[in-house]
Amino acid sequence: MNELFFLQPDIISALARGLWVSVQLIIPSSLFGVIIGVTVGALRVYGNPLVKRIADGYVLVFRGFPLVVQLFIWYFGLPHIGIYLTSFGASVLGFSLCSGAYQSEYVRGAFLSVKTGQTMAARALGFSGIKTVLFVTLPQAFRRALPGCGNEIIYLIKYSSLAYMITCIELTGEGKIIASDSFRFTETFMVIGAIYLVLTSVAAWILRRLEDRLYIPGFEQYS
Amino acid sequence: MTESLIVLYGALPYLLRGSLVTIAVVAGAMMLGLVLGIHLAVGQVYGGRWLRRVIGVYVWFFRGVPLLVLLFLFYFGLCSLLQINLSAFTVSVIVLGLISSAYQSQIFRGAIMSLPQGQLKAARALGMSDGKAIALIILPQTLRLSIPGWSNEYSIVLKDSAVAYALGVMEMMARAHFVASRTYEHLPLYFAAGFLFMILTYLGTKGLRILEEKVRIPGYSA
Amino acid sequence: MADTVPILRIEHMTKRYGDKEVLKDASLSINKGELKVLIGPSGGGKSTLLQCINFLIKPDRGRIWLDGTEIIRAKGKALYAYRQKVGMIFQDFNLFDHLTALHNVQIGLVRVKGMQAKAAKERATQELDRVGLKNHMHQYPAELSGGQKQRVSIARALAMDPEIMLLDEPTSALDPELISEVLDAIRTLRSSGMTMIMSTHQIGFAGEVADELIFLEKGSIVETGPPAKILYDAEYPRTRDFCSKITELYANSSS
Ligand SMILES: Nc1ncnc2c1ncn2[C@@H]1O[C@H](COP(=O)(O)OP(=O)(O)OP(=O)(O)O)[C@@H](O)[C@H]1O
Ligand SMILES: [Mg+2]
Repeated sequence: MNELFFLQPDIISALARGLWVSVQLIIPSSLFGVIIGVTVGALRVYGNPLVKRIADGYVLVFRGFPLVVQLFIWYFGLPHIGIYLTSFGASVLGFSLCSGAYQSEYVRGAFLSVKTGQTMAARALGFSGIKTVLFVTLPQAFRRALPGCGNEIIYLIKYSSLAYMITCIELTGEGKIIASDSFRFTETFMVIGAIYLVLTSVAAWILRRLEDRLYIPGFEQYS
Repeated sequence: MTESLIVLYGALPYLLRGSLVTIAVVAGAMMLGLVLGIHLAVGQVYGGRWLRRVIGVYVWFFRGVPLLVLLFLFYFGLCSLLQINLSAFTVSVIVLGLISSAYQSQIFRGAIMSLPQGQLKAARALGMSDGKAIALIILPQTLRLSIPGWSNEYSIVLKDSAVAYALGVMEMMARAHFVASRTYEHLPLYFAAGFLFMILTYLGTKGLRILEEKVRIPGYSA
Repeated sequence: MADTVPILRIEHMTKRYGDKEVLKDASLSINKGELKVLIGPSGGGKSTLLQCINFLIKPDRGRIWLDGTEIIRAKGKALYAYRQKVGMIFQDFNLFDHLTALHNVQIGLVRVKGMQAKAAKERATQELDRVGLKNHMHQYPAELSGGQKQRVSIARALAMDPEIMLLDEPTSALDPELISEVLDAIRTLRSSGMTMIMSTHQIGFAGEVADELIFLEKGSIVETGPPAKILYDAEYPRTRDFCSKITELYANSSS
């Protein structure tokens, strides 16, 4: 009986529902996070001084505030200035902005690491500015940024559980409900933990595959 | 606006007392993570195949499961299952410490592996046991090299400690929310909490940078 | 009677990595005050042999006697005690990077021999003085030249009062102009009566100071004898080959 608990249809469907919400949180947030990260990272390297300043300030605050605090600001704080977000919307907003700030660090580092000699060589071959960025800078920067950015996404998978703290019932939230209803706290959170473990492991595996695929001999991570 | 400031001013001592709780949680977790992390790292580098495998699983587990889930698992699950009565504070320190030990072990492992391995041979050749050689020769250098990574880990654990609010630990975040929900001054209070976290990050990392400079080995650039 | 017992004797030393036999049944013995030099091509097994002698590499087979007593069950306390009596000098010094020259020498005395810090410091200072580094004793390895580092490592080994020293290419990692200071230290050591087994590619130096040369190739001791014989009148063609090549090289490079 005990072992079969997690095979009951309503439990399974609750877990599946939670997992689906989590996935809906994770995928858009990581996409927005990457977009923000690349944009802000590029601005921090190539922008004019004012833009750089603003971008640096954004990163400072969004990496400095705990994610929980940010989520509370979006969900409980914004209504005070007349903006009402659903807990789901506030979560995606919070995850994207926070993740983007972290992502931009890796992107910035990657852009900075592409040696100026490479740009000059491209220019000397007659590449335009845009073409230089597209065909020389980006492919190199992408490889350098990939491990860090990929790890950020793995972090995001785990941090998506914090949506529960602003009442968005995703996987952890469903788990909390199941556990409280059944008083099976240990088993339930073991199962929930295992599901996250699968998600993070699969993400890590994909990331490793991607890194191997893009491997270039002699192109060191940090040179 | 002025009203907000008055509320904030009144709440500040209360928040600051919360910062002491935050500091206690983080200090406890970092220390637990340090002690466990060193052992895990040494085991992972010098241990036998089985030990390495077990440590690998440990690290994989604690790096792959969300903090919040582990807090719930330990506090609501394991504590009552094993009939041990631990406070939310203690559970938070333990869980944050276990997670941190997994991350710290990787910092230390990297540092150990970056050391020239001949020194271990030289220590053995002098008649040192492996334990002595690791404690006297390998670890002092490992810990020095690990300070930047450790500093980064500190800033992560510090921010993660806000999640302890979910168990009702009255740290900064919990107190900010507590006051906010009574005074309806959410934004100023959250921002105050956020900035306090930033200040703690700054102070901690600054302190570690000073420490790093202080224990730097002359002539050695790594 | 006592004089006829070699201070160190090894027999049938064998080591393999997978299918590759890097040390084949090597035997040698050395009397007190002697200096024996291992020569031979790179990869011949010199380092392996030396490290097998103090069990830094665990030989698959072979027996070792120090002072007529066999070293059996080389584990734990017995192993640590044995290693204290066998000093070792490495090609790349292996100084402890986080300790000053003084502390590099002191740490073994305090932490292995259990000496009081003060007495250990005195002894360490004395040893550093002997290799001419008293003025550098508060410097860290990264602040020393290669030659100075190697001399610190000699002082570190000597402070333990070893009965025999193993030197594995002590000058190979040094810039040419720094080699002589280390060779001088070894000469001094030799005249003070220290028993030593050294591997080196400095064939000229080997010929000058060695009591005996041991030619090691592909893991086997091919030939052993006094320098004059090995260098100019070797029995085996392989020894002759190696020696003629390397003496030629030496003649060219040292001119
Ligand atoms: N850990 C190991 N695994 C496999 N093979 C090894 C290992 N260590 C050494 N060898 C091999 O053993 C052989 C002997 O090596 P050794 O270092 O003793 O030679 P050597 O005479 O000291 O050479 P050199 O003059 O270059 O220092 C070499 O062929 C080497 O490749
Ligand atoms: Mg060698």
